[in-house]
Amino acid sequence: MMSDRVMLGIDRIKCDGHGVCADLVPELIELDDWGYPIIRSGAIPQSVLPHARRAVSGCPTLALRIQSLATRR
Amino acid sequence: MSDQVLWYTTRGSGAVTLLLLSAVVVLGLLARLRFETRGWPRFLSAAVHGDLALMTLVFLLLHIVTAVVDPFTHLGLVAAVIPFGSYYRTVWLGLGTIAFELLLAIIATSLLRQRIGARVWRGIHWLAYASWPIAVIHGIGTGTDNTAIWMLAIDVVCVAAVVSALLWRLLAAPPDPLADERRVAAERASFGTGR
Repeated sequence: MMSDRVMLGIDRIKCDGHGVCADLVPELIELDDWGYPIIRSGAIPQSVLPHARRAVSGCPTLALRIQSLATRR
Repeated sequence: MSDQVLWYTTRGSGAVTLLLLSAVVVLGLLARLRFETRGWPRFLSAAVHGDLALMTLVFLLLHIVTAVVDPFTHLGLVAAVIPFGSYYRTVWLGLGTIAFELLLAIIATSLLRQRIGARVWRGIHWLAYASWPIAVIHGIGTGTDNTAIWMLAIDVVCVAAVVSALLWRLLAAPPDPLADERRVAAERASFGTGR
């Protein structure tokens, strides 16, 4: 069975730089000097996935999503 | 005796609902302000805001159910669902019904936020600015304890907390450092795509 490899994706238009995601998954996201997220490239480790999901649902502007690595943009 | 238990529960849960609802509003405003301190990360305001809102709903349902079931007031289910559908204190209870239903809409859309999108969710969330004051007026207008010192103290604390948070929210600079650039870019983008 192929492992379902996913990554975090972000809609830069929607993102307002609240910084909530970096609080919730510091493993995957750090903030730039203006408070906007920089997402670590590559697949989300299984252990971090629940935190990534929380960040997605906690994003104030719904700018964050979890997507398949294959559909990366 | 059991009638009195119901009535006391209605009154008590009403006061608790007011306290919780006010805390929810303040936390929502703090989240909007992107409030943070060393011990209070940014995500916490919104997280506690949501959890407390659900707890508020529990106490509010207790408040409504005990009032409806109470044989003395004889309110009936209609008064709880249809605004101004009560023969008893029509206006004051109607306000409570409206505040309740606005809150239901706000909570339901928040639970479905991922599906309905940020714009619709946010638009409906603005109803909080109607729901909270209407709830306060309902309590001041028809609360059995509305002249008791402790209830007045609760009213004062809740109104003061929400009004100060709201003033802070209105007077604070936009928390987004790129707010102006973002607005211009969005206008340009919507012009380009014809939306």
